Amino acid sequence: MNYDIVIGLEIHSELKTSSKIFCGCKNEFGGEPNTRCCPVCLGMPGTLPALNKRVLEYAIKAGLAMNCRIAGFSKFDRKNYFYPDMPKAYQVTQHSLPICYDGYVDIDVGYETKRIGIERIHIEEDAGKLIHSSTGQGSLIDYNRSGVPLIEIVTKPDLNSPEEAKILLETIKTILEYTEVSDCKMQEGSLRADVNLSLRPIGSNTPGVRTEMKNLNSFRAVQRAAQAEAERQARVLDSGQKVYKETRRWDDHKGESLPMRDKEEVMDYRCFPEPDLPPVYVDEDFINEIQASIPELPGMRRERYINQYGIPKYDAGLITQNKVLADIFEKASEVCGNPKLVSNWIMTEIMKRMNEEGEGILHSYLNGDNFGQILLFLDKGDITHAAAIQVIDVLLETGEEPIVIVERLNLRVQRDESLVANTIKQVVNSNPQALDDYISGKKKAFGFFMGKIMAELKGRGDPSQVKEILTKELQRYL
Amino acid sequence: MSICKKTVTETAELLRTRKISADELVKEYFDEIKKKNPDINAYVTICEDEAIKAAEAAQKIMDSNNDVPYLCGIPMTLKDNICTKNIKTTCASKMLEDFLPPYSATVYKKLLDSGTVLLGKLNMDEFAMGNSSEHSIFGAVHNPWNTAFVAGGSSGGSAASVASNLAAFALGSDTGGGIRQPASFCGVVGLKPTYGLVSRYGLIAFASSLEQIGIISKDITDCGIIMNVITGHDPMDSTSIKRPAEDYSEGLGKNIDGIKIALPKELFGSELEKEVGNVINDTLKRLESRGAVLSDCSLPTIENAIHAYYIISSSEASSNLARYDGIRYGHRNERAENISDLYRKSRTEGFGQETKRRILLGTYALSAEHQDELYKKALKVRNIITREFRNAFDEYDIIAAPVSPVTAFKLQENLNNPLKMYLKDVYTVAANLAGLPAVSIPCGKDKKGLPIGIQLIGKPFSEKLLLNVGKQIEMEAGRLEII
Repeated sequence: MNYDIVIGLEIHSELKTSSKIFCGCKNEFGGEPNTRCCPVCLGMPGTLPALNKRVLEYAIKAGLAMNCRIAGFSKFDRKNYFYPDMPKAYQVTQHSLPICYDGYVDIDVGYETKRIGIERIHIEEDAGKLIHSSTGQGSLIDYNRSGVPLIEIVTKPDLNSPEEAKILLETIKTILEYTEVSDCKMQEGSLRADVNLSLRPIGSNTPGVRTEMKNLNSFRAVQRAAQAEAERQARVLDSGQKVYKETRRWDDHKGESLPMRDKEEVMDYRCFPEPDLPPVYVDEDFINEIQASIPELPGMRRERYINQYGIPKYDAGLITQNKVLADIFEKASEVCGNPKLVSNWIMTEIMKRMNEEGEGILHSYLNGDNFGQILLFLDKGDITHAAAIQVIDVLLETGEEPIVIVERLNLRVQRDESLVANTIKQVVNSNPQALDDYISGKKKAFGFFMGKIMAELKGRGDPSQVKEILTKELQRYL
Repeated sequence: MSICKKTVTETAELLRTRKISADELVKEYFDEIKKKNPDINAYVTICEDEAIKAAEAAQKIMDSNNDVPYLCGIPMTLKDNICTKNIKTTCASKMLEDFLPPYSATVYKKLLDSGTVLLGKLNMDEFAMGNSSEHSIFGAVHNPWNTAFVAGGSSGGSAASVASNLAAFALGSDTGGGIRQPASFCGVVGLKPTYGLVSRYGLIAFASSLEQIGIISKDITDCGIIMNVITGHDPMDSTSIKRPAEDYSEGLGKNIDGIKIALPKELFGSELEKEVGNVINDTLKRLESRGAVLSDCSLPTIENAIHAYYIISSSEASSNLARYDGIRYGHRNERAENISDLYRKSRTEGFGQETKRRILLGTYALSAEHQDELYKKALKVRNIITREFRNAFDEYDIIAAPVSPVTAFKLQENLNNPLKMYLKDVYTVAANLAGLPAVSIPCGKDKKGLPIGIQLIGKPFSEKLLLNVGKQIEMEAGRLEII
């Protein structure tokens, strides 16, 4: 049978506030185990939480950027369950009254724009991390992550393909980066998604039984897990069996998922209002202040690039998907004055390196200013295309200023006319066979000379200048 | 008269006039503790070396400084659920038998800043769950008036230590009467402040939305003086309230002409022992003769307070006590096979019967299946009770009631009947549900010679008024002292 796929995502994103959600400990990834914790985030007896106002601000900012309504009154609840990485044996979260609700995000699927509903965004605390000993001698716990602030973004089940799920996650990641509420480092787990998926026969309105796959931490994993789960459910339904409501664990290496707990065991979190935290009241002024601080979002920025810089929609879309990259584009365009050239170089040389080495290169020595300077040299004809690539490579390695690299490696185009003319004469004279060929009408010989001359000039010749003088020189023999 | 019998006010005067030095004073107290504590069992930890050092330091301050805090050098003591850095804080539980807190409670810091000297930590019902201080791994607290009787609870050690002059004052905690009832049983003053007035940071949680740290003192004036030190907003406790400071010791004993005191009939029910009722009524009449206006009133929903209280407090406890899993601190079973086994065995061994009973009760009341009929309904009852109090306080200044329907009962007498035990909290729990300040003041004795206390409940932040009226009672009844 054919089925419609129905997917909703629950996306957890760590907020990059400088301190944790309920105490003054540093909110940073990693560090020596158990060095970024205190009695509060360790849940020591007698300690109490004090809400970091920044967390509220960041959550509201994310909500506004996703067109949510902001609750004037919200509160915290305790979600009770035992797990060693959770020192209080409950998670403080917003179960009944979330801070943001009823929003949407537009995604581009092919040439279409699709609106995906955001059910709610709520604030909660992260847990520590279990480190399972490789020798099998028990487990260790690192509480550095305990009390790191999170938002959970719950979408409506508006997604109808694994690809849409991936695109939505990419879009939300971009929004979170633009609003600077999260650094979305998926490999560090600061952005992770749960996929809720069900099938229903095409044309039917009855929702199917859904499963949940937890903690997927790459776009690829989300898409693959959703694809595999849709196929699995289709096989189950086709064979006349039932899909069970269950939580499954996706194994990205094996490319398959397995049930996480016993189907029979239903978790009862015994949620109830957190008595240690008063309800949160948010007033209009606070919301307006945050609204005013929201920067231009990717969709708007893309339109502006198309209109203002005249770059293709596809390029604009790709560049704006990454805020740091878009910032580099804008600055470089300003420095070099040729946005189309900058866009072409980003789409080729920079994207190539990002694919090979990862996004890290955007956070290293490369920035809009030095990238713009390199392209300005190129645009003015001061260096060649090949030299520009070389400068980028060196810059990524050493961090030197482009001008320093150009001078140190002697990359400036050689325009000394008498030197160039002499080199040309010399090359022509020492290749009589090629000259004969040229005279006898074999035009290919011209290219041969060009190559030889450029090599003689160590790649620094200005091709148009060389071409001009060479033409004149050869003219003499005709 | 032994110097240990003196009030904070009197002792402070002796220290200030150099009649005694702080270290001599502390030594007097330790002599007394060594003599009497074996019979009373109020202290579970004694900090003799630390206290003598602290007293010497306090004396130095008094010798060298003009700006000496009023309480400098005053020996005091804390219930063992208030965290004291590097000093055992056990909650009278096997679970925390060896627990050394890595930090200090805000109230303890405030007391240290004002120069007081910590003598030790006090016995209590395990995790403050109980009203007889019998549920303790250290054994029961004995009533100093008659050691065959309970001291009340859960702050039984706090009340017994002050009543038997083993500290100048003590702090306890009151979740459903945990300060007022033992104060009443032991013949001392016990104040539960308005919810949010005193920081709970460092109070090991039993029922977070109900409990407050409060004072047990020899008289009303001492109570006001200590209030001045321990109140105030604390950024570490989000439920603590920002408001201007008050001087609680100022103007005590002033005229109470026209003060309107209401007597809710539901708090003078059939369960009230006649003897206790008579003493309360006499006390009220004397207040009337001093100018107070007495009226009968009704708070109908208060009859359900006890049910709502046990559901809410147990629900919160089931969550608050979940952290004791044997992983990071506290009792841990060393023979566990796996993680669930570790939880199960550590908790089975670490918690006493009463604590387990409440955890189970609370887990049940919060379960998805029963939350609506139990926990949520209890919250509704709580809201109605709060509203009924608010309406009453539109008309009256103070609500007066007994603290307990009975005087201290015999040790062991009610241990096997938890329900009967719970029902004895019938007069005290409402103030916790509504977050109101309430004070217990000694006003007489029964035929057995056991103390009786009267309770005054006020509107939020009306502690000064309560203490002022309390002072009138004290002036009429006099301090109850064990001879």
